[in-house]
Amino acid sequence: MAKSDYDRQNPAFYALLAVLIFMSVGPIALMFINSFKLDVDIISGTSGLLFLPTIQNYETALCDVLPYELDHLDFCSLKFGGAFINSLIIALISTVLTLVIGCMAAYALVRFRFIGRDTASLTTLMVRMVPPAVLLVPVFGLWNNEFCIDKATLVGGFIRDVFGGRGDVCLAGTHSGIILIYIAMNLPFVIWILQSFIVQVPYSLEEAARVDGATPFQVFFKVVLPLIKPGLAAAAIFTFRIAWNEYLLASALSDRNTKTVPILIVNNMSEFNVEWGVIMATGMLLAIPPIIFTLLASRQIITGMTAGAVKG
Amino acid sequence: MQRATLNRMTPYAFMAPAAIVMVIALLYPLLYMVWGSFRDWNPAQTIGETEFVGFKNYITLFYDPAFRESLSVTLRFAVIVVSVEMVIGVGLALLLDRNIRGMSVLRTLFILPMMIAPVVVGLMWRYMYHPTVGTFNRWLKSIGLEGVDWLGQNALMSVIIADIWQWTPFIFILALAALQSLPRSALEAARIDGATPWQQIWHIKIPLMMPVLIVTCLLRLIDAFKVLEVILVMTEGGPGLSTEILALRISRTATEFRELGVAAAMSNYLLILLLILTAAMFAYTKIQEAREARIRAAAEEDM
Repeated sequence: MAKSDYDRQNPAFYALLAVLIFMSVGPIALMFINSFKLDVDIISGTSGLLFLPTIQNYETALCDVLPYELDHLDFCSLKFGGAFINSLIIALISTVLTLVIGCMAAYALVRFRFIGRDTASLTTLMVRMVPPAVLLVPVFGLWNNEFCIDKATLVGGFIRDVFGGRGDVCLAGTHSGIILIYIAMNLPFVIWILQSFIVQVPYSLEEAARVDGATPFQVFFKVVLPLIKPGLAAAAIFTFRIAWNEYLLASALSDRNTKTVPILIVNNMSEFNVEWGVIMATGMLLAIPPIIFTLLASRQIITGMTAGAVKG
Repeated sequence: MQRATLNRMTPYAFMAPAAIVMVIALLYPLLYMVWGSFRDWNPAQTIGETEFVGFKNYITLFYDPAFRESLSVTLRFAVIVVSVEMVIGVGLALLLDRNIRGMSVLRTLFILPMMIAPVVVGLMWRYMYHPTVGTFNRWLKSIGLEGVDWLGQNALMSVIIADIWQWTPFIFILALAALQSLPRSALEAARIDGATPWQQIWHIKIPLMMPVLIVTCLLRLIDAFKVLEVILVMTEGGPGLSTEILALRISRTATEFRELGVAAAMSNYLLILLLILTAAMFAYTKIQEAREARIRAAAEEDM
């Protein structure tokens, strides 16, 4: 008798699955639907699916980058397009730099015995638990007062003349300031995840390359990196997700021109009269990149999540 | 000779960028914060201009009822959230550990809530909890019940539910991975000996999953102390102090009350709490490794 690959289950089991899926995806779907409704429809509460979908909310949200004028809007107050570009710059640059720096460090910690290795490894493990809220006070103080280039010096004066501004040139309020703290925040995690992937690379491969005359750097870039691609993908997604979603430190460090999307959403939420449709549209736009990553690379995400807890 | 020096320098060259970034942007700020916590410091001053006040900030906080309240809210939040999530997550993993079609699709859908920005999660739940236009109260009214004052009287509970929605899948996925990597032989043996499904779960599966479960639990606990955005968007800590967790109070002390020294001292309290948890996790994994090594050594001797 031919045996099917999958076990048969009773109907109650499938009912449970349906309920679980509804519970986990329901709120997201609700937000998606509401982002296509006018505020009138959201508030009057006419039944869930019977409404005329409109992209007006998205138009309002993106008013500063749309090439055409909007009829329903006199003044474009929500600078979503600019914030979106800021978020993109910050998240992408910090992800790339974190990965490059992180996998080099992870490789050194796994493959070499050197003085200070244990200290480095323990420090990495310990700072992994530092919450962003704890970094708020020192980062605010340092980025505003200490990590500055004096305006009297050549470089400081040059930067000030080119980009404007009155006082010293400081890290706070610049993209690089936010990028720096995101790299530092994500590094411990990335190092930790990548270590568990690098350990699995057979050492004999590296030895073979070295016997053939490759330098340590060539071994790393040509032999090790290609083999840990799945780990790199997982680490990239987690880093991007944190840099893309983070609110607190960005809100302390950014100024008018470097605002990211989460700051924009929170600012609009705390206003007295919440425009649900528009705010849901901005929320949806913020949620789309992570959703796409999840759908494309869920296997890597799950491997990355389990790599630490199950194996290590 | 030159080659040898080059090789000896390699690990340092690989470590250097990470070490520099972490020293400048993590370790130095942390030291700076410890230094600042002993000072009377407002945002308009640089740290050099501030006055040294010794342990005053710590002592004020220790006797501050608002700080104690927020500490207790944080602890309640973390403990309830993690225990409920552990029970539901592990329960679901045991239930769904079957060979069914579409398991990978299911897992993909389950991790969606974790990947979305906390700000957006807060936004969704704030809408659903809304007293008049919100989804929950509309349902309750349509079946003829009184609406619930979700973000008013029951704010802490509502915040906890939102967190459970977002993070139970994390525990589910780790528990499922642990279940699927259990040795088949042990389960087979139990089944042949006639163990009921319940006995298999309690006496075989749970004990064998325990190492992973404990690490998962500690990881979640550490993360539960980091939650901030979801609560900020949903309730802004209110009403009163009922949902003002420590992370939120730190940011309010720094930005609204403009007392950076006190906020730094508070951050240090939170850091100490997390340090204890991390040390517990570290110690546990070390003990586990030592035990496994011992068992392996014993097994080799037998052969």
